[in-house]
Amino acid sequence: MIKIEEKLFQNRYRVDEGRPHIQISDPQVCADDCKTQSCTFACPAACYAKDEGGGVVLTTDGCLECGTCRIICSEYRNVDWSYPRGGHGILFKFG
Amino acid sequence: MAEKFDAIVVGAGPAGNAAAYTMAQAGLSVLQLERGETPGTKNVQGAILYADALERIIPDFRDDAPLERHVIEQRMWVLDEKSFIGTNYRSDAFNSDQPNRYTILRAPFDKWFSGKVKAAGGLVICETTVTELIQEGKKVIGVRTDREGGDIYADVVILADGVNSLLAKKAGFHGELEAKNVALAVKEIHFLPEEVVQSRFNIKGNEGVVIEIAGAVTHGMVGTAFLYTNKESITLGIGCLLSDFKKAGIAPYTLLEELKAHPAIAPLIEGGEMKEYAAHLIPEGGYKAVPTLYGEGWMIAGDSAGLVNAVHREGSNLAMTSGRLAAETVIALKDMKLPCTAPHLARYKTALDDSFVMKDLRKYKELPDILHGNPHFFSVYPQLLNRAAHTMLMVDGQDKHSKEKTIRGSFVQQRSLWGLVGDAYRMWRATR
Repeated sequence: MIKIEEKLFQNRYRVDEGRPHIQISDPQVCADDCKTQSCTFACPAACYAKDEGGGVVLTTDGCLECGTCRIICSEYRNVDWSYPRGGHGILFKFG
Repeated sequence: MAEKFDAIVVGAGPAGNAAAYTMAQAGLSVLQLERGETPGTKNVQGAILYADALERIIPDFRDDAPLERHVIEQRMWVLDEKSFIGTNYRSDAFNSDQPNRYTILRAPFDKWFSGKVKAAGGLVICETTVTELIQEGKKVIGVRTDREGGDIYADVVILADGVNSLLAKKAGFHGELEAKNVALAVKEIHFLPEEVVQSRFNIKGNEGVVIEIAGAVTHGMVGTAFLYTNKESITLGIGCLLSDFKKAGIAPYTLLEELKAHPAIAPLIEGGEMKEYAAHLIPEGGYKAVPTLYGEGWMIAGDSAGLVNAVHREGSNLAMTSGRLAAETVIALKDMKLPCTAPHLARYKTALDDSFVMKDLRKYKELPDILHGNPHFFSVYPQLLNRAAHTMLMVDGQDKHSKEKTIRGSFVQQRSLWGLVGDAYRMWRATR
């Protein structure tokens, strides 16, 4: 089992507390309609996790701002995606 | 009305920096907006710098640019589970005064490039996210930022905001990226003492090695992996099409861990200290996926315009070249006192068409479709090649003629004779 947290721990972030830059537009769609829930394995920072109720929960703190979740949710377009406020989010040291 | 500039550039990556520098150097008033804390903190690349594209912008860049190693050797590896078959090209001719390719780290490199923009008189404002374009009818007249009173105006806006290209999408200039036209790449950087990097790769001084990798590590998905030597570190990563990730149901970091554990790779990074994990999308739709490149008061460059040559792993040079050509278009129009209307900005498209950027994209325009339709190029062939090598190299009492027959048989069995001929024809057509 790969511990993604250990990878993300090496990164530098300035989290915009209380202002997540990505949101699931309608959580009900994830739970009721989406069969694949591709975001839960494709997100390289594992920001998306399946919850007990069959839905998906999103925690954006470790987000690498790549855009995968927005594009992979092509059937439902259920990811409301924007960049963090200026200066916030991932801050690559090496890039 | 608020302050007005000759040009606003959104983004401080290779395309944005090339555009801002070129215009500032020509005496235009330029505002460049970057959402990172400093230029480079949001940017991710392998990274190889192609000297030629930068030389045409800053001829003496070698004097002070933060370069890691100049590439003297290129390895191409095709992996099976426990083996690889490959080629090397190494030449002392790459040890010239003006090497052609360098490994770089994008965060320090982009910061350096941005310093050149400032020195040339450009105004660079960081920690500022552009939220939308301000339009008057169809014409782009400025940008809105997340700062208070953040509306700023200009005669032209150059969009160099990266692969996600949210601004042009929001303005309706192009649609959403399709999962089959974009690769997701993840990578890590591992630090090792300089002498260890040198001895493991048989190099001295600032010589460098790059390894491009295909085969078993992508699980048959359309994609490749890479390993680059930096001064005191090694960057390695792997990327596959997003549509393939979706189909396969595999997490990208699982591929990365398998790559690191491969018997051909593990000894090269052994003992290294991992200091950063990054992910990035690469627009790989090629020629057919390139959107409209200009309109009333705007142009788009670099990754945000999908200008990536996936076959040759080139992107930053296309970005710098497109940024420069967009800037030169603005400079020429200013000289002639012509407004930045769509018909006038069409010069940018003409210049790109005449450059290697669009010529190379056009050359490979059929390749993305062929790779989507023929996944065996990434699964069956790597395995066959490795097993063929293994069969020939095992000295086990079997005669060589019979070995050749076994190998031929394995190819025909896997792909059929017509399959092999068809594959060869398709690859020839797609790359000629």
